[in-house]
Amino acid sequence: MTEMEMQRTISVLVKNRPRVLARVAGLFARRGFNIDSLAVSTTESEAISRMTVATTCDLPTLRQIAKQVLKLHDVVRVIDHSESNIVERELCLIKVEVERGQRAELISLCDVFRGDIVDIGNGTVMVQLVGDKDKIDAFVDVMADYEIAEMVRSGKIVLDRGGQG
Amino acid sequence: MSQETVSGAQALLRVFEEENVDVFFGYPGGAVIPIYDALYDAENIRGVLPRHEQGAAHAADAYARVTGKVGVCMATSGPGACNLVTGLATAYMDSVPMVAITGQVKTNLVGMDSFQEADVTGITIPITKHNYLVKEPYQIERFPDLVREAFYLAQNGRPGPVLIDIPFDVSAGPIAWAERNIKALDGYEEPQVPAEADIDRAAELIETSERPVIMIGGGVASSDAHEEIRELAEKCNISVVHTLMAKGCFPETHELSMGMPGMHGMSYASYAIQNADLLIVIGARFDDRITGDLSRFAPDADVIHVDIDPAEIDKVRPASVGIAADAKTATAAINETVGRRERGEWEDHLKQFKTEHALAYSDEDELMAPQFVVEKLYEVTGGEAIITTEVGQNQMWAAQYYPLEEPRRWCSSGGLGTMGYGHPAAVGAQIGRPDDLVVDIAGDGSIQMCMQELTTGVIHNLPYKIIILNNSYLGMVRQWQDMFFNKRYSGVDLHGNPDFVKLAEAHGAVGLRCDERESVVETLEQAMEVEDRPVMVDFIVAKEENVFPMIPAGQSFDEIIECPIGDDTE
Repeated sequence: MTEMEMQRTISVLVKNRPRVLARVAGLFARRGFNIDSLAVSTTESEAISRMTVATTCDLPTLRQIAKQVLKLHDVVRVIDHSESNIVERELCLIKVEVERGQRAELISLCDVFRGDIVDIGNGTVMVQLVGDKDKIDAFVDVMADYEIAEMVRSGKIVLDRGGQG
Repeated sequence: MSQETVSGAQALLRVFEEENVDVFFGYPGGAVIPIYDALYDAENIRGVLPRHEQGAAHAADAYARVTGKVGVCMATSGPGACNLVTGLATAYMDSVPMVAITGQVKTNLVGMDSFQEADVTGITIPITKHNYLVKEPYQIERFPDLVREAFYLAQNGRPGPVLIDIPFDVSAGPIAWAERNIKALDGYEEPQVPAEADIDRAAELIETSERPVIMIGGGVASSDAHEEIRELAEKCNISVVHTLMAKGCFPETHELSMGMPGMHGMSYASYAIQNADLLIVIGARFDDRITGDLSRFAPDADVIHVDIDPAEIDKVRPASVGIAADAKTATAAINETVGRRERGEWEDHLKQFKTEHALAYSDEDELMAPQFVVEKLYEVTGGEAIITTEVGQNQMWAAQYYPLEEPRRWCSSGGLGTMGYGHPAAVGAQIGRPDDLVVDIAGDGSIQMCMQELTTGVIHNLPYKIIILNNSYLGMVRQWQDMFFNKRYSGVDLHGNPDFVKLAEAHGAVGLRCDERESVVETLEQAMEVEDRPVMVDFIVAKEENVFPMIPAGQSFDEIIECPIGDDTE
């Protein structure tokens, strides 16, 4: 398991300073660590931003990433979620082309995934879906039966459950 | 209490004084004029003017290496700052504490493609420990602390260069002065103390090992842990190998010294590592020039790894005991805990192997061997010089044939391998240690990269010596082409070199030339007599001498090529 390459997630708490994103992203790039997804946002503290980085690697590599990132002066803390119980969410907006006659079917599919219809246009329907990566992947697969006009997914965000973290 | 207001430039120089900066290496330009203006009034700070900003960075780097203080360099915005880049990268790779000050265009012109604007903080993120563009109000408000923080970060933990990019209007503008409180600095941390359990485990591994070897690296130099290392080696009778960066941190003439391992290290050093059952690695990072093929490196060895940078532990070679702490503190803790270990068969075996596999070169060419020159330099200087090197064959011969007894006498670009480093390094080293003999061991290629610093040496009456091992080739590349590319010499012929004697004289330095074995000593002695300016000696050496031993890149000790003396097939 530890040697296995799989998607693993870390949260990087950083000081809210100019260029901090460039510092973290640049470190990943120059050390050859890939970034599968990245979400940056404000936190409970005004001075701190939180970056959630998903990367595909084995555990020793993840540990190395965490240690290298922590060396950056503007990084306050690195949380490795690979061995904790987490809540993981992504947001997906997906616009599909549907004929009038297909709408009912689409709506019932959305219900199964607990997706929301957020816009209906001329021949298109936009669905909003929240969930973990697997759920969204599954929904996107289903939507592929229609014509997907446009799609966007936010980076993954993660919090440890309960009193951890 | 009313707060004192000074200019940004004055605040900068005041913090310099607090940090005991009495000299910096800097080149002025439009964006740093306010700083140079404040310097005009500064009584305790001297600005040394190199002839190229790269020289400023390398000089500050060597100054730091030989004094243990933070080296400071300065350049103007845009091109000036860009010229520091090689020097910053050099210092970063070798973990040298340095603060670089660069001027920047006025804050309202930043980002507008203004004249002499370059995004220097962006450019230098990967080659500095940290950097600042002093532009935001929260930075300007705490400017004195920001500068102190830069000095703190440069030295604290794993040392490295820190850059402060200061717009013209910030250095010219008003700053609220604030007193120093180092513990209140952003990023201040208490030193890491090694965990007792780790020290106990390390001591136990040492006591029970049969074939231990200590490998020391640059961290021993930067933490001044040489005495602790010696105590450990002598108490437990363990042989010591040193990386290029730790040259002099364990006396090379000591009975337990097994020299430098790796690509061009001594074969006995690599042999010791390869057959060890325990490697005690202190302040070294398993560079590829040391390990070669990692999967075949020290296959039987357990590893104790001490490094102040936690990210180095398990980065390359997993450790049985990883101790993220300062080399000096950690080694002292091990010394206190570990029991005496008696000399065993292993040590006797290594000693014999060392005798049988001593460094050797053939001196059969009509022209003298470059190694011969370095050996004579060692004799003439009694082994007491501070050595700076360029990069390539000259660097390896210096490492092999100039054994050092003390730390902080070795300035060589180990990690980055920067040609052109050695000469400005000699300038910085001589300014840092005016009473010591400083010698740059150079090649005819690399010396031409920062030649212009001869003027700096002349103006400041610096009596360092440049020893050019002139083989009219870019020797190390030629060696690879010789050994691995069917002798297809491409781009390495330095035919058309300048007359180095005349060149030295044109700068106001002393130029000497020597092309025969018989006069090497005499020429060196002549060079040593000069006390008021640099001397450049052009030694005409065998053109196609190769550096041996050699473990070809990516291979292991099994493939080592020792000196083919008298081997006609060469």
